[in-house]
Amino acid sequence: MIPKPQAFADIFLAMLPLMAQAEGGRLLGTGGATQVEGAAGGGLVPWAVLAGYGTREQNGGTAFYTRVDTGDYALDAAGVAWTFANRLELSLAHQRLDLGPLQQQLSLPMAMLQQDVFGAKLRLGGDVVFTAWPQLSLGVQHKRLRDDALPMAVGARDGAGTDVYLSASKLFLNGGGGNQILVNATFRYTGANQLGLLGHGGDRGRRSLVWEGSAAWLPDPSWAVGLEYRQKPDQLAFAVEDDAMDAFVAWFPNKHATVVAAWVDLGSIAGRDGQRGGYLSLQLTH
Amino acid sequence: MSRVAVYCLAWALLLPAGCASVPKASQYEQFGGRPGIEALVEEFLVRILDDGRINRGFAEVDIVHLNDRLVEQICVEVGGPCTYTGRSMAESHAGLGLGEADFNALVEDLVDAMDARAIPRTAQNRLLQRLARMHGDIVSP
Repeated sequence: MIPKPQAFADIFLAMLPLMAQAEGGRLLGTGGATQVEGAAGGGLVPWAVLAGYGTREQNGGTAFYTRVDTGDYALDAAGVAWTFANRLELSLAHQRLDLGPLQQQLSLPMAMLQQDVFGAKLRLGGDVVFTAWPQLSLGVQHKRLRDDALPMAVGARDGAGTDVYLSASKLFLNGGGGNQILVNATFRYTGANQLGLLGHGGDRGRRSLVWEGSAAWLPDPSWAVGLEYRQKPDQLAFAVEDDAMDAFVAWFPNKHATVVAAWVDLGSIAGRDGQRGGYLSLQLTH
Repeated sequence: MSRVAVYCLAWALLLPAGCASVPKASQYEQFGGRPGIEALVEEFLVRILDDGRINRGFAEVDIVHLNDRLVEQICVEVGGPCTYTGRSMAESHAGLGLGEADFNALVEDLVDAMDARAIPRTAQNRLLQRLARMHGDIVSP
């Protein structure tokens, strides 16, 4: 049985006191937001930071909901993450891509593509704020499509696949002129087409090493303004796949909530060019 | 790739204009000199002693002594004409078993105190960068 909207609101309200009980001991903002595949990070790019605000003496986690609307397509993502002792982050996310006008154009039997992402991220060492060297984390994201008929029809080799990535993140407290600057670099070994929503591997390649980067200026402990770039493989002959980028503003009103608004440019998706639009993400933290 | 160029330009415009101008006041002056630092340390100590996360750790501490050492230390770190006469950070925190959460609570109280004293954000960040280097000496491994 599907709960009514009122039931969702009741569950949310019931969770609020839980969220307020324990406060993590890490500094505001150092848990990041949740990127679109469910890992702690920016909007498109996973960072080396782990979800929540727990120190090595604490555990904690997050829940998120994100919507991206590019006009032709809309992506909804939601999920949860839990971090043990600021060492290991486990995450689970569900993505739903609304195919919009593409369904009619290609006479597709389905209106959307759905996938689940199972993530794990291990902090190898360093601290994003306090060590001279960056915080370094190794992550995996296993992605499974609920229905791989469309991706297989357009040339994908598999409906499931696993990305492996290495992230380095560093907050410069005085990154020039007394400004706080966060820098992140991620290297990912992936076969995913359009995040995995169009399957893995293709008629023009199986897997490749790609890079992703973020830079943000923190004018205040509660705010971050930045840019992200994510290189993507281009493995399907039926349509080109472009790199993705975004410009974002993140607001950390307290250690229980994060709001990110962004403008994303996803380039061409499945033959439809110029997929740009708004991005909004909400995260609750325990 | 023109898309990239547009975003790079947007990023350059977002960077604070302060980068280009030469700061007029020294960091010591931005903290209000010696009187400003004394007022800041008072604000800071009030917040620490009122902070339920960490105030138990200060129950046995000689607050007047701590006050004087903090004034000296912050004065030195912001480039003021002072001498720090206290023990090293490693010595004074040895065996206290301080955790990450304790250290970060202290940082939050300091930032609150600096905000209350209206110290410019850029001057705050320069001090925070210097204090962050003491993290390893203060937090127990």
